[in-house]
Amino acid sequence: MDFTTPPYLLKNASVQRVMLQVLLALLPGIAAYVWLIGPIIFVQLAIASLAALAAEALMLKLRDKPLGLFLGDGSALVTAWLIALTFPPMAPWWLLVVGVLFAIVVAKHLYGGLGQNPFNPAMVAFAVCIVSFPALMSQWPALGLGLSFNQQLDIVAGLAPRVDALTGATPLDAIKTALKLGEGSIDVPSLLANQNIFGNFAGRGWEWVAAGYLLGGLWLWKRGIVGWQAPAGFIAGLVLIAGALWLWNPAQFANPLFHLFSGGAMLGAFFIVTDPVSGCTTPKGKFIFGLAAGLLAYLIRVFGGYPDGVAFAVLLLNICVPLIDMYTQPPIFGMKGEK
Amino acid sequence: MLQLFKFRGGVKPQTNKTPSLGEPIAVAPLPTRLIVPLHQSIGGTPDPLIAPGDRVLKGQRIGGADGWISSAVHAPTSGTVLAVEEHVAAHPSGLPTLSVIIEPDGRDEWIARTPVDYRSLAPESVREMLRDAGVVGLGGAVFPSHAKLTASKTVPMEELVINGAECEPFITCDDLLMRERADEVVRGIGIFRDLLRPQRVLIGIEDNKPEAVAAMKTAVQALGENFEVIAVPTRYPAGGAKQLIRVLTGKEVPAAKRSTDLGVQCFNVATAYTAWRAIAHGEPVISRIVTLTGNVERPRNWEVLIGTPLAEFVALGQPKPDTNGYLMGGPMMGFEMPSDAPLVKATNCIIAGSPTLFPPKAPEMPCIRCGECAKACPHELQPFELYWFARAKNFGKTQEYHIFDCIECGCCSYVCPSRIPLVQYFRFAKSEIWAREREKKAADTAKTRFEFRNFREEREKAEKAERLAKAAAAKAAEKKAEAKPAAEAAAGALADAPAAQAAAPTDAEAAKKAAIAAAMERARQQREAAQPKNTEALTPVQQRDIAEVDARRRQAGIETPGEPSGTADANAPAAPAAGSEEARP
Amino acid sequence: MLTAILIMALGAVVLGAALGYASIKFKVEGDPLVDKIDAILPQTQCGQCGYPGCKPYAEAISKGEADINLCPPGGMEGVQRLADLLGREVKPLEAEEKPKQVAIIDEQTCIGCTLCIQACPVDAIVGAAKQMHTIVESLCTGCELCVPPCPVECIRMEPVAETIDNWKWKYPVIELKKVA
Repeated sequence: MDFTTPPYLLKNASVQRVMLQVLLALLPGIAAYVWLIGPIIFVQLAIASLAALAAEALMLKLRDKPLGLFLGDGSALVTAWLIALTFPPMAPWWLLVVGVLFAIVVAKHLYGGLGQNPFNPAMVAFAVCIVSFPALMSQWPALGLGLSFNQQLDIVAGLAPRVDALTGATPLDAIKTALKLGEGSIDVPSLLANQNIFGNFAGRGWEWVAAGYLLGGLWLWKRGIVGWQAPAGFIAGLVLIAGALWLWNPAQFANPLFHLFSGGAMLGAFFIVTDPVSGCTTPKGKFIFGLAAGLLAYLIRVFGGYPDGVAFAVLLLNICVPLIDMYTQPPIFGMKGEK
Repeated sequence: MLQLFKFRGGVKPQTNKTPSLGEPIAVAPLPTRLIVPLHQSIGGTPDPLIAPGDRVLKGQRIGGADGWISSAVHAPTSGTVLAVEEHVAAHPSGLPTLSVIIEPDGRDEWIARTPVDYRSLAPESVREMLRDAGVVGLGGAVFPSHAKLTASKTVPMEELVINGAECEPFITCDDLLMRERADEVVRGIGIFRDLLRPQRVLIGIEDNKPEAVAAMKTAVQALGENFEVIAVPTRYPAGGAKQLIRVLTGKEVPAAKRSTDLGVQCFNVATAYTAWRAIAHGEPVISRIVTLTGNVERPRNWEVLIGTPLAEFVALGQPKPDTNGYLMGGPMMGFEMPSDAPLVKATNCIIAGSPTLFPPKAPEMPCIRCGECAKACPHELQPFELYWFARAKNFGKTQEYHIFDCIECGCCSYVCPSRIPLVQYFRFAKSEIWAREREKKAADTAKTRFEFRNFREEREKAEKAERLAKAAAAKAAEKKAEAKPAAEAAAGALADAPAAQAAAPTDAEAAKKAAIAAAMERARQQREAAQPKNTEALTPVQQRDIAEVDARRRQAGIETPGEPSGTADANAPAAPAAGSEEARP
Repeated sequence: MLTAILIMALGAVVLGAALGYASIKFKVEGDPLVDKIDAILPQTQCGQCGYPGCKPYAEAISKGEADINLCPPGGMEGVQRLADLLGREVKPLEAEEKPKQVAIIDEQTCIGCTLCIQACPVDAIVGAAKQMHTIVESLCTGCELCVPPCPVECIRMEPVAETIDNWKWKYPVIELKKVA
């Protein structure tokens, strides 16, 4: 018996279980993604996972940490999957590997490994890659091309020319480009009516992927893995600013529903801003973190130069975490109402 | 129905209470030896009132309370005191404490027990009686009960909370006590009520003990009391005093305040029972009910004498062969008991452990700041923040984050997915902070003493200088006076001058010398007259010691008291100090 | 151009005046740094640093005359705290670190010479000439100053024993390597 320290009874909980449940919660979204794009998603997930595990093993070895204990914790896999899901689905394999390596080696282990990273590794990878390879990171597959799995594989492996197949744009891109080209003569509602691109309410196909993440996220909340504060804050922030601008000028700004279900909003709300390591820890802090991330994400995606703003918004907020936490310390038992 | 409040956090571990509930409380047989530690409560260590070889009776006071926050200790049975010595204590450190070792004579002979009607006594003397009967909080904290029985002068006493929640897994001693001896428990609560005069008395029992609730309700009714027996939701740590107060009254007692400041006080049911036995039967606290459970063949509750060695007690339960240690207390807050320690007043439960019952802990992982601990903390602290600071030994910060509000209930460690021994970090930080405070106090004392010493030396120097100056002035005056007649003589008879001049100093010197000799002689006589009176009839050993000391003194060059000494004591060893310096390697 | 120079000059004058005023108005009495250093020092008054007491050593440190690693009773932790306070580099202790000790007089051997009483910086030894001396343990700082003057070598230093009252919970041991 390990008598060193009470309590001697422990709940059946582990980091591994937490991470596994996060991976499980990603599955509905992944399923929708596969239905939309094809089984190439599995290949991308596998590439990212392998790269992440290899990088993790290497760093653990270099840092003289027990391999078996940390490799199995699943945190590297979560990072890898998030990277694979935020990168364009037909990004070349090496781009994914570069992203994963940067996330694991620089953003995670150089800061001290599991639990020590101030920035969300997956978002660091996304930011680094979109700054370094802007063209590759904005090549999205046109939907309905009906590429076979082998053709997709060739593209990912770099064996087929990329340009032809990847003329598509994400719904967010489409709106931005149209508004820019139209110079005010185009109004958003008529654009959104184009079901071929914008689907039923947010983006053809993409809206269902987002719905999948929402489903998984709600399950995580139900299981108590994530609190409601950060996702609610994020959604509130996004809806608040999107709604305000939409009410003010519906011709120029898309409705909040569109923003909620396009880009990385849903993934961000439930899987990125809820990252405990790089996020806030106090209940109030979590909500503020989510709220600010939602607002920033909207500002960057609508007024900024990048197609989506979740990554940058989260990274900017990561910096503010200690400050937010410091000012939102909850009152303790018996000291409520005292300042 | 009373409205119940909720406390935040808490956990629901498996209760494991059923095995030890099967049989009624049994009286444990007399052990072969009793080891009664003198320090069994918070506060001052009682002074031993007996000496080795004394015969003691059952219930005889063997340790008297030292100060108000202290509690007496009694002989659990009649027998002979074998020793008063340091013995391993029931404490996580495994360090020894001053204990009285008693060999029972088997007759179990009581002292004269005098039941009293406490209603006829002043509250002050009832409190004193409780102190001298060794009544302490038997829930585990062993705080002297009499010291809790004074209501605040400014805040009206609203509620008296009686704690029968017993929230820790495995423990059932309070449950069985309430089932079997509810009547006396309720009478004991009556004593507390009469001393504190609260508006309401609330008895909180976790709702997984319906029999106890029923028994207490019946007893309360039978005695015509207006106590409310309330079943509270089962959730660890509902039996923590502060949590139970919160649940029953909605009041939150912070670490910095006493509960009486909020008009509420809390006692354990077993404490109420012992208080009744002490007052109404004159029986001090010499035994208690202990749950023996875990990896044993016969788990049950025993009424055990305080001081029973652990080994003899656990043998009653027939531990299974794979037992690898014993916990005192519950699995959440207990600790491994040193195998030769005795049972004490704080021992409510002994759990035999085995690798299957308490599997070895999985390795500790880094904190991922998931916040589970903060959700589980019943005091709404941020354990992971405390953990960072405690780990970094940043104790100032741990205090900023309210480390002393932590009740060490273990909920945070229980839920931690990284299996970080959070409670241990907090205990470490707390004891370091206490040690530092002690050190700081010692340093401050040393500083003031050092400064005073310097001041005193300065003062003495100044005084000496003053004295010298005075003496010099006096001498000068004397000289002047002497010089005058001399001058006159010189003026009168110049021819005699050389002779007179030579004679004057010689006479003066001779007189001085004679005076000194006389003084020395007086001193010698005085010394001889004042020979130590205790030197007659010395034992050979003492004579040898004295001879040795004298020899050392001679060796060190210091005169023995018997020899004449004219020099001041302080100046004497100047030479020998140098001599011994040489002898040193 | 001229206006710019004037504005800058005016700004300099105003700010300079404000600073000057503040330094007079909010002048700090005494030398708080010495007190702060003195608060960190363990007040054993042992003189092992080469200064006659903790305060003189604190003064020497604040003047920059003495190094911060000369106080063995303060240990590495004391050095660390001094380094933090003064923004100086942490240096290894000059002498070896010892556990906290108290002096104990062998009362059988003591001849009552009072030399140790005169040596004790905190008056922790009681006794009179030719009477046995004893050390008040709770006041002893363990400075060892009483040891050399004793002509019969009856004073020894003993580490403070661990009791239940001063026992401390240990720092949790992290054994990552072992389990892996």
